[in-house]
Amino acid sequence: MLQDILVTGLVNGGVYALLAIGFSLIFGVARIVNIAHTAFYMLAAYCFYALLVKANLGFVLSAVIAVGAVTLVAVVCYRLVIEPVREHEAAVLIATIALALIFQELMLLTFGGHYLGIPSTLEGVVRVLGVSIPYQRLLILVVAAAALTLVWFVLYRTRLGLAIRATANDLEVANLMGMNVNRVAMATVAISVALAAVAGVVVAPVFVVDPFMWLAPLVTMLAIVVLGGLGSLKGSLIGALIIGYVEAITVFALPAGAYLKGAVALLIMVAVLLARPEGLFGVAFEEER
Amino acid sequence: MYLLRRGWAELKNEVFVLPSRTLVLAWVVALLALPAVYGDAYVLRILTMTCLFAIFAASWDLLAGYTGQVNFGHALFFGAGAYTSALLSLRLGVSPWVTIWAGAAVATLVGVFVGYLCLRLRGSYLSLATLAFPLIALGLLFAFPGFSGGELGISGLRRLALTPMANYYIAAVSMLAIVFALWKLAGSKFGIVLHAIRDDEVAARASGINTPRYKLAVFAVSAAAAGFAGALLAHYIRIAGPSSLEVALSFQVVIWGIFGGVATIYGPVAAVFLLYPLTEWLGSFRAVGELRLLAFAVIVLLVLLFMPRGLAPWVRDRIEAQCPRCKQRNGAWKRLCRLCGAPLKAEVARAQRLVGHQ
Repeated sequence: MLQDILVTGLVNGGVYALLAIGFSLIFGVARIVNIAHTAFYMLAAYCFYALLVKANLGFVLSAVIAVGAVTLVAVVCYRLVIEPVREHEAAVLIATIALALIFQELMLLTFGGHYLGIPSTLEGVVRVLGVSIPYQRLLILVVAAAALTLVWFVLYRTRLGLAIRATANDLEVANLMGMNVNRVAMATVAISVALAAVAGVVVAPVFVVDPFMWLAPLVTMLAIVVLGGLGSLKGSLIGALIIGYVEAITVFALPAGAYLKGAVALLIMVAVLLARPEGLFGVAFEEER
Repeated sequence: MYLLRRGWAELKNEVFVLPSRTLVLAWVVALLALPAVYGDAYVLRILTMTCLFAIFAASWDLLAGYTGQVNFGHALFFGAGAYTSALLSLRLGVSPWVTIWAGAAVATLVGVFVGYLCLRLRGSYLSLATLAFPLIALGLLFAFPGFSGGELGISGLRRLALTPMANYYIAAVSMLAIVFALWKLAGSKFGIVLHAIRDDEVAARASGINTPRYKLAVFAVSAAAAGFAGALLAHYIRIAGPSSLEVALSFQVVIWGIFGGVATIYGPVAAVFLLYPLTEWLGSFRAVGELRLLAFAVIVLLVLLFMPRGLAPWVRDRIEAQCPRCKQRNGAWKRLCRLCGAPLKAEVARAQRLVGHQ
């Protein structure tokens, strides 16, 4: 059981980290609370399903196309819907909620409300420490690690990353220094949604795909981001692992744990917030006036 | 006779001079007179639900719009009211007329509890943390199905009244009373303090306002109204289920509030009265029934692109103008301010050009 907890926590934590870091990025740079973030994850899973099962394109090709297409959709949505109302925070908020609902309903219309299964992309299991891990779950872990390394590289070793970090730090000053903050925001949207899409594609064969699959991870992701500190990437990563393990422990160790896993994860978040209102790694900055 | 004349004078001088007040009066009269004119049970049912959700949306606005505590888990208070009232009336056999108040009371306690936990949080942190509370409650409900009815909820509740018309009047009158009370509260000195807390909490505290106490009070009032609405709804649809705690309901109220225009009280109410019957009406067509949520989201999105501050402020700006001198509102067609006689439009534009600021 201990090994089960270790492995499940790590795999779920990886997926959550992909989602939470994307969300954190976009919040840090553009101050957008993107409720539609996990809707893009759902969209990517459906896209992958359609390309793989309906169009028979092969795993790698469908995965790449799915991620690319969803990122493109996100950028278009950002330009058409979010950018015109950027100054009104409340309007941005419900614009993203409305976007998420639109995607949910569109998927419900095209694919129906029933659960769709995707065949495993990799068969077989590997035994580590007496626990058998399906290759599929190992793949999630590897992809998550690779994607996170890539994001780290982009953020800390390229000029674009420098611009993104500068904009996140202080939008006005970045603008004055000659950075095109609108373009930086758009690049951030693309990166963040691409991460969500990667998460959607890798988990699709493990979980089932349905139009409401965005709600549960949305809540967990928000809990993680708040737990780690809004806008802090390190916080999101560590928060994701904490929540991943807490959920795994609840499910394996408590009776009726499957019902309570969300509640326990959220309780942890509330407890952390009570002790440290700015999250684990958030900066307690003075109110912006 | 004197009272009648006095009443007419008040009406003419205070209500009919402003188009927005005339609109509100027309709406109240229509609401109260509707069953006598058109007593279709289906329409009454939809309007009853609309009234109850209007209370819910108005209570959210007091908390989120005025005080800036943008609550993403407002369904918690709604659900607390619904479940308390349902459990009391079904398990203990208490009359629903009593349990509704008990539901509101428990919701108030829950509101104070949540408010207490969230005192130190601000902005997005508060929104995202409050999102968690109804889900924690939902997890507990599912974990103890013997007590709470699990996924099915508690069904078989008694209604407050038997005829649709009586139920409608209960909902409509309580809606009017609560919304009016909230509106009065928001316009009072208490409401001004709330504005101050939202705009700059540090400055408010520096001015000697005990902000935590005010925030707790707002959480309590808002939760009480929401819990009352939840209890009424539970007894109206005769079931208190997990759907009253879901994220969807919390998001729904956020959409209503922002769509209508925050910090107005009447805005969210107007939004509910437009959007809820609209979605029900769309759902009644066979062809677009499945598209109803989609149409809802698209409409919200499109309206927002054109009126990012919300529906009610946008309409109000179209039909009314503010006097530049005494800051009183006037009908948009007027040339001179009705109170101080200052010119409203043309001259102001020239003055702005001359001075070059504002």
